[in-house]
Amino acid sequence: MSVFEGFKFRKVSSAVHRLDPRIKFFYVIILFVMAILFTKLLALIVLFFIPLPFVFIARVNRQWLRSLRGAVFFAIIIFATNFIFGYFYPSSYTEITGAVDSLGEYLVLLERASAMTLRFVVLIASFSVFFLTTSPDHLGLALQQSHIPYEFCFAFTTAVRFVPVLADEAQTIMDAQKARGLELERGNFLKRVRNYIPILIPLIISAIRRSLELAEAMESRAWGASEKRTNLYVLKLKRTDYLLVLVSVLMLIIAVYVWLYVSIPSLTTLLSL
Amino acid sequence: MIEVKDLYFTYPTGVEALRGINLTIDDGEFLAVMGQNGAGKTTLVKHFNGLLKPTKGEILVDGVSTQDVSVAQLARNVGFVFQNPDHQLFSETVEEEIAFALRNFGFEETVIKKQVEWALNLLDITQYRKTSPFMLSGGERKRVALASILAWDPQVIIMDEPTIGQDYQQKEKLMQFILQLNAQKKTVVVVTHDVEFVAECNPRVILMSQGKIVAGGIAEEILTDPKVVAQASIVPPQITQIFLELADLGLPTDIIDVHEASKILLGRMREKS
Amino acid sequence: MAIIETRDLTYTYPGATNPAITEVSVTIEKGDFVILTGPSGCGKTTLCRCFNGLIPHFYNGNLEGEIVVAGLKVNDHKIHQIARHVGLVFQNPENQLFALSVEKDVAFGLENFAMVRDEMRKRVDWALQMAGISELSERPPHELSGGQQQRVAIASVLAMQPEIMILDEPTSFLDPVGAQKIFEVISELNKKLGITIILVEHRLDLASMYANRVIVMDEGKIVLNGEPRKIFNSEKARLIGVGIPKVTQLYQHLKIHGINLKRVPVTPQETANILREVLKHD
Repeated sequence: MSVFEGFKFRKVSSAVHRLDPRIKFFYVIILFVMAILFTKLLALIVLFFIPLPFVFIARVNRQWLRSLRGAVFFAIIIFATNFIFGYFYPSSYTEITGAVDSLGEYLVLLERASAMTLRFVVLIASFSVFFLTTSPDHLGLALQQSHIPYEFCFAFTTAVRFVPVLADEAQTIMDAQKARGLELERGNFLKRVRNYIPILIPLIISAIRRSLELAEAMESRAWGASEKRTNLYVLKLKRTDYLLVLVSVLMLIIAVYVWLYVSIPSLTTLLSL
Repeated sequence: MIEVKDLYFTYPTGVEALRGINLTIDDGEFLAVMGQNGAGKTTLVKHFNGLLKPTKGEILVDGVSTQDVSVAQLARNVGFVFQNPDHQLFSETVEEEIAFALRNFGFEETVIKKQVEWALNLLDITQYRKTSPFMLSGGERKRVALASILAWDPQVIIMDEPTIGQDYQQKEKLMQFILQLNAQKKTVVVVTHDVEFVAECNPRVILMSQGKIVAGGIAEEILTDPKVVAQASIVPPQITQIFLELADLGLPTDIIDVHEASKILLGRMREKS
Repeated sequence: MAIIETRDLTYTYPGATNPAITEVSVTIEKGDFVILTGPSGCGKTTLCRCFNGLIPHFYNGNLEGEIVVAGLKVNDHKIHQIARHVGLVFQNPENQLFALSVEKDVAFGLENFAMVRDEMRKRVDWALQMAGISELSERPPHELSGGQQQRVAIASVLAMQPEIMILDEPTSFLDPVGAQKIFEVISELNKKLGITIILVEHRLDLASMYANRVIVMDEGKIVLNGEPRKIFNSEKARLIGVGIPKVTQLYQHLKIHGINLKRVPVTPQETANILREVLKHD
């Protein structure tokens, strides 16, 4: 669950939090594109440092680290698959021809697998910064101002709103059934799955009842009164937002230039010099 | 029966819910745990059947520390009735709902049949045995939930806010039922902020505030002490309020019951005339 | 002036065989503070749903009889049209707040009306202030206590400036302190803004001092309707199982024993005052 921890918004205010979510998203996408462009470890290490200032300005270091820690499991899988795949099919993957047999070739393989893993980490790291510093409310607003239908945006924010409520409720139901002697961890696999029925049924029924009540409350507060709704908040681009666009585009241009004209040395060759 | 020794509890979120609770509940006692929402009442009683384990300190149920025993084992002795019946009802029929816990505890089929019958009778819901619990009214669902716990005849019965959402008549019935349970030497623990309800039952009361027990004694003493009551942010019973107001006329102030109140007033009026 | 008027209102939910309310005829005056009570399942909630058009427009089913609310025939107007005049606050505070911040929730109805932003801002701040929760404006609802959430619900209805506010057991999940606060807020709205209040409530001991009228329902019908003191002291109320305040019960006990207090009290303070006079005089 800790991966998701890193994506949970906490209410803090900082220059990063105040950035327009659309612009922040644009910046994350640029990072994404850059991470996909490069396969060299050195380049990806540089990319890894790019979101760091954001993390510190927004003071979300701890949560950010937690989301990275949560990604460790996937990172290991990615590393292992790349390494094993590279070992068996080195030519389709690196410049190595024939079987991997020298120490140097092992190092090349290692570097390649590390690069692929780091690419994943860069993606997680930058998306996590985005979600950690963007309130779901603003995200919904951004969706709305990007001409996504209001019903959809409303569904999105309402879903986010009810995550903690449903989590609490699931806990209460679990407690109530445990108090009646239900042991979730008992029995073989099938039995264990069945153990969750007494928890799922009350949860589902309550969710249905909840949605009916919500619908009633929405109707009572004039849902659908006019064709074109207004909004209490409006997103307006500020100077810092334009600055970020500029920085992002510059980064992309540099990245494309490097990608086209500069051959990045591999870490292995650099170190052996 | 239940012994709480210097109990501290902190939630994983860091909220310090209980701060040094000492309490002994004797076998066959009727205890009301009172205080404002968030005072730690429910957190405390969730320790009695092991749903929560102490951060520091110890709970002994029948001499056994809850630390070493599973919820399912503790539940045999300690039944816990949750506030909202909808958090536990899941079966197709009322009968099945009541049998659920008995099956978890591994009772034999013949015993289960007998106990279900007994519980149906006890709560006067025999006519609904084949009905889906979801088809019943709120008050009836509450009775089914109660039956599903009394069915295994636990020695201790904990009820979390039993009067919430109940109308006057349902409340009266519930009160009669609780007093009857207690008369049968069951230990009853009720978590509530319903002062009038407690005034009518006159059990032993502990008042909680900010994770501590601020006062303890019989209801007549506790609920009529304006200082103590204010500390736990509850309002004295209506009858008590009248007598507190008239304290300067030399009337007693520890009155919570209508009958007693009218007796005293009549005596006083006859004296004068 | 009547603000709500029903004649022979009978309603059956879709799929049900028996009507939930039968031949309800009631008139509620502008500026009234009405407590609507009765055993659960008696039809209180159903009647409230008729008042703002959830019945018949949201629930369908079969509605017979006449009902006019704030001059609108409920049958001929959409729920959002009636919402400009009637606000409904529900029992469970959690399920009527949908936004991620308090002020956004309060703005919800106004956004639906397509109100201009500056005007909306003013209204939202005003409603928050009336409900006494200005300092909570940016908090997410799930971090608030039940009592605070319920005040947000009241503010979000109030922002639409309705003439009538209906509250369906708003305090049943709250502790006495939270409940008291809610009653004070709505009493304020009633007195200062003249909003007509219909409060569905079981806790008569806390609420009755604010009301000028009590309506008791039983089995889908209105069985009692009048001044709180009269209703609480009536034999019928006791038989139906209305939670008569303890102070009124004390009055009745004394009466049985030949002591006739000059008035049926509904609050402890009032009772104490009456008793003090009696005890001193003798």
